[in-house]
Amino acid sequence: MITKTSFQGKLTKTKDLFIPFVVAGDPTPELTIEFALRLQEAGADVLELGVPYSDPLADGPTIQRAAKRALDSGMSLRKAIELVPQLRKRGVEIPVVIFTYYNPVMQLGHDEFFAMLSENGAEGVLVPDLPFEESEDFRKQAEENDVEFISLVAPNSDQRIQRIAEKAKGFLYCVSTLGVTGERNEMSKEVLTFIEKVKEYSPVPVAVGFGISTNEHVKLVRGHADGVIIGSKIIRLIENELDGLEKEQTAALDRFTKELHELVK
Amino acid sequence: MLQVFPDVKGRFGDFGGKYVPETLMGPLQELEDALNEAMDDPQFIEEYHHVLEEYGGRPTALSFAGQLTKQLDGAKIYLKREDLNHTGAHKLNNAIGQALLAKRMGKEKIIAETGAGQHGVASATVAAKFGLACKVFMGEEDIRRQELNVFRMKLLGAEVIPVSSGNGTLKDATNEAIRYWVANCEDHFYLIGSVVGPHPYPKMVRNFQRVIGDESKRQFLEVEDRLPNRIYACVGGGSNAMGMFYPFLEDDAELVGVEAAGKGIDTPEHAATLSKGTPGVIHGSLTYLMQDENGQITEPYSISAGLDYPGIGPEHAQLFQSKRVRYEAVTDQEALDALKLLTETEGIIPAIESAHALAQAFKEAGGMDKEDTILINLSGRGDKDMATLMQRLEEEV
Repeated sequence: MITKTSFQGKLTKTKDLFIPFVVAGDPTPELTIEFALRLQEAGADVLELGVPYSDPLADGPTIQRAAKRALDSGMSLRKAIELVPQLRKRGVEIPVVIFTYYNPVMQLGHDEFFAMLSENGAEGVLVPDLPFEESEDFRKQAEENDVEFISLVAPNSDQRIQRIAEKAKGFLYCVSTLGVTGERNEMSKEVLTFIEKVKEYSPVPVAVGFGISTNEHVKLVRGHADGVIIGSKIIRLIENELDGLEKEQTAALDRFTKELHELVK
Repeated sequence: MLQVFPDVKGRFGDFGGKYVPETLMGPLQELEDALNEAMDDPQFIEEYHHVLEEYGGRPTALSFAGQLTKQLDGAKIYLKREDLNHTGAHKLNNAIGQALLAKRMGKEKIIAETGAGQHGVASATVAAKFGLACKVFMGEEDIRRQELNVFRMKLLGAEVIPVSSGNGTLKDATNEAIRYWVANCEDHFYLIGSVVGPHPYPKMVRNFQRVIGDESKRQFLEVEDRLPNRIYACVGGGSNAMGMFYPFLEDDAELVGVEAAGKGIDTPEHAATLSKGTPGVIHGSLTYLMQDENGQITEPYSISAGLDYPGIGPEHAQLFQSKRVRYEAVTDQEALDALKLLTETEGIIPAIESAHALAQAFKEAGGMDKEDTILINLSGRGDKDMATLMQRLEEEV
């Protein structure tokens, strides 16, 4: 039973959520803004803004390549957070979740990190290598700063599911399959049983990510979960247009938008 | 009495822990439970020691380096001969322990990462011995530098998987091994080669390597009737050093860990993690590492593929912070000079890794009293480094 949503009141619904992921600065900070606008137009409810990292343990090759492009464009955790007010200025209104590995946060310092999130208007944070046991202080600090700390559960979380789900904020990220991020040909039906189990305990919408690559996957997950999270497939759509983005930007962005609509229709 | 590390959360003071994707939390708990159970089982411990002896060649010798002692004209120098282990390095001790644990857990497939190839060879060896399938992740640059070990692994039946990301060295191979494990954790055992990674790896690897220090202590007391004044070991991830130091932590012996200063710690090309790094998270553990101001991990450099790692075991980070161990750094050239000196005076060609420990010990030996004693952990033999040595030293030979 979903009893609350939040993101400072900006998440307006609890069902049928579309949560896309892009890497800040891939291939440039300016284009990240363009993609965010197109994603919002296509119905995105929350934007996961990924911070590129040199050693991303939870990510597959597609997101690793995106991170490399973004690092080459000079992106950093600080700059990614500072991109949020620029997104707002251009018309992105949906909640923004900063998706970052822990080490960059640790170097910035927790206090500075949360101060920056507040100052720049980011509503959430997701740290894939900060599991429940390591995140107690961090979660507390997120709460004090009115920032949603997004928790993850995996198919092998077993007895941990209840403990993690009960403390979930914003939305609960259900990792659909063992493995790293990346497109998959098939989505296992077992994921549906897993989603049902997670929904029993979660006070917030349950969104499913990892491997969602086709409209069929989207439809399958939508029938059971409260939302879909799509990362690698969107990165791939961006990657397919890298040449076009340099030479004929508007046409390339339009092609991206068309593909995106096909994916989430 | 020293505090016992790690604590229940896998922390060594401020360091250690489990900084991994949620998918690995279950498998790490499963490993921890199995490890604790195994370490409390006298039969498991007996089997581990039995294999170390009748297959691995333990105990390894403690050799007095008489010629060297005479030449340096200072403290008496002893070498703990981990180079005499089957496969030529200390890595086998840990690989045997973890392979036995994998079997006990019913896992038939192991994965490993390797830099210099010694851990890859040790893993491939125990896989062959115990009938396990084995995949070894290795950076492309290391594959180039360590051609001979790559061939050995393949001959032993292991699959060597080249990793091209980053600099194509140990850091990148480790990332890839972890990613593979995330996807295949249900039936694969990840055999980590050093005292690094998320809890319980640093503790487990230390416990499988402490045989070096335990044995050294017994042997030293036998020949000298006292403990050494100083003990030296090289530190990349830090498993040979941790194995040697751990049993001595409560004694008076001065412990010295030696990192790779590469082309100099004031240049960008080194792997001196404690000397120049800062605290952060790498490969699932909070420790010291080399990184830029934005928290991106930077590429290390050392002539030795085995020391070419930007992190270090979290227990070393704690020992560094508490000052129980002194950490120094020596350059490629100093290590090569020490390697030549040992080879020419004692007829032992050490691994370039081990030559780092030798170099620091040689620097200090002359200034010590003749009644003092030094113990150096000779972590591995130099055969695998011949291509590098030929390139660097052929004109001098």
